[in-house]
Amino acid sequence: MGLDFSVIPPFYGTLALGVLWTIAITATSAVLSFFGGILLAVVALYGPLVVRLPFRFVSWLFMGTPLLLQLFLIYFGLAQIGVDLPAFVAGVIGLGFHYAVYNSELIQTAMVAVDKGQMEAARTLGLSRRQALMRVVVPQAVRDVLPPIGNNMIALLKDSALVSVIGVSELTLSAQLAIGRTYRPFEFYAAAAVLYYVINLGMEAVLRGFEKRNRLSR
Amino acid sequence: MTQTHPFVEIRHAQKSYGKLEVLKDISLTVERGQIVAIIGPSGSGKSTLLRAINDLDPLTAGEVWLDGLQVNKALPHRQYENHINEMRQQIGMVFQHFNLFPHLTVRENVTMAPKLLKTISDKEADTLAEEQLDHVGMLERIDYYPSQLSGGQKQRVAIARALAMKPKLMLFDEATSALDPELVEEVNLVMKKLAEEHMTMIIVTHEMDFAASVCDRVIFMDKGLVVEEGPPELVFKNPTQERTQNFLRKHLEGAK
Ligand SMILES: Nc1ncnc2c1ncn2[C@@H]1O[C@H](COP(=O)(O)OP(=O)(O)OP(=O)(O)O)[C@@H](O)[C@H]1O
Ligand SMILES: [Mg+2]
Repeated sequence: MGLDFSVIPPFYGTLALGVLWTIAITATSAVLSFFGGILLAVVALYGPLVVRLPFRFVSWLFMGTPLLLQLFLIYFGLAQIGVDLPAFVAGVIGLGFHYAVYNSELIQTAMVAVDKGQMEAARTLGLSRRQALMRVVVPQAVRDVLPPIGNNMIALLKDSALVSVIGVSELTLSAQLAIGRTYRPFEFYAAAAVLYYVINLGMEAVLRGFEKRNRLSR
Repeated sequence: MTQTHPFVEIRHAQKSYGKLEVLKDISLTVERGQIVAIIGPSGSGKSTLLRAINDLDPLTAGEVWLDGLQVNKALPHRQYENHINEMRQQIGMVFQHFNLFPHLTVRENVTMAPKLLKTISDKEADTLAEEQLDHVGMLERIDYYPSQLSGGQKQRVAIARALAMKPKLMLFDEATSALDPELVEEVNLVMKKLAEEHMTMIIVTHEMDFAASVCDRVIFMDKGLVVEEGPPELVFKNPTQERTQNFLRKHLEGAK
């Protein structure tokens, strides 16, 4: 059976919807992983011991086990014990926290590297420690690790394909639906690959915009 | 009845790092509007003393008072945090390495603390920033980032940032030591201007000429002790202590 890309146009709508869901779940998870990463980093470095230790443990759990397994656990496992999350929400929690842990590791390293004089100057003006952290230390740390955080976001986009297994009809699952009707895996998986690549380019452009805005402030 | 306590008072300040005694029972007072220079060899404890005044380096023993309030008052942790934050708002500090916030513009550097800590509108904060930056001659650079400024300009912005909190007392820790020689004067001029406006200042410095020209009193420290203090013409011209004489002689030779 030869290749025939004319099978694709009838499924434009399906694929477009898949693209939208992929963007939605990636963007939501990315925002969660960004702010979650900051929160985790601050708590890991400055939180009281009783909070720090469980946080460490959960971080280790998210980093040390497969994301696919985490998604199964959050969606199917929690449902079994009565926590019935919509697939989209379960996917966002899984992806978001998984990458929040990775972002947090980056931000922690950068926070420790911020010059001690910054905290001192802020405290000298009368800022509380929390204000000094959130206004002075964290913004500089985040600025310093924006490029690797950006790489995490790109990885997150690609890993978003995993949520197809819990039934979020994002791009990969949409392609599979189309394949189920047409038995044309090559054409549709190739189409999906191209679409992922295009989303990726868009995302990189957005990230570069952020980095450019940051160039002067160092 | 008016109490006649000194404006700034340090009582029996002691500070140790482990076995190392950095400050050994230092007491001194500064009156409102006075300008005091602290000089002395490296490691004598000048920075430690200055940083004890706003509790950046807490004392091992002793008290610091500002305008009738004890800065390092013994309080439960939570209360102490609030108390010290309020005290620090009244004490401006300028560092050798400026410590401007690099992620903020000049304007934001100056307005951040007033906006967070005082009940003023954004507009008032902007006006305040413009006034303070004008005062130090940095108004044209208000929308620059610190990375776009020279060292002298950075230090002038740092001074404006401290002044925006309307402090009662300004502390300077070698404000010009990190500057290229040709940039020292512009910062000294700003400090002289503050002196003329009767800002109370404690200035740690290695610049004897500057100390002699602006200060009411000079304190010579060595090995954690105040060895000698008095008006600049006495301490610089006719020091009574041998250690002061040696230090000044070495310093003069070094300057040549
Ligand atoms: N955090 C610290 N831990 C241990 N020792 C310290 C610490 N900070 C300062 N010291 C020591 O305290 C002594 C006084 O230091 P300080 O910085 O007050 O001196 P200084 O008079 O300001 O010197 P300089 O002119 O070089 O700035 C020095 O011997 C220094 O090594
Ligand atoms: Mg010093």
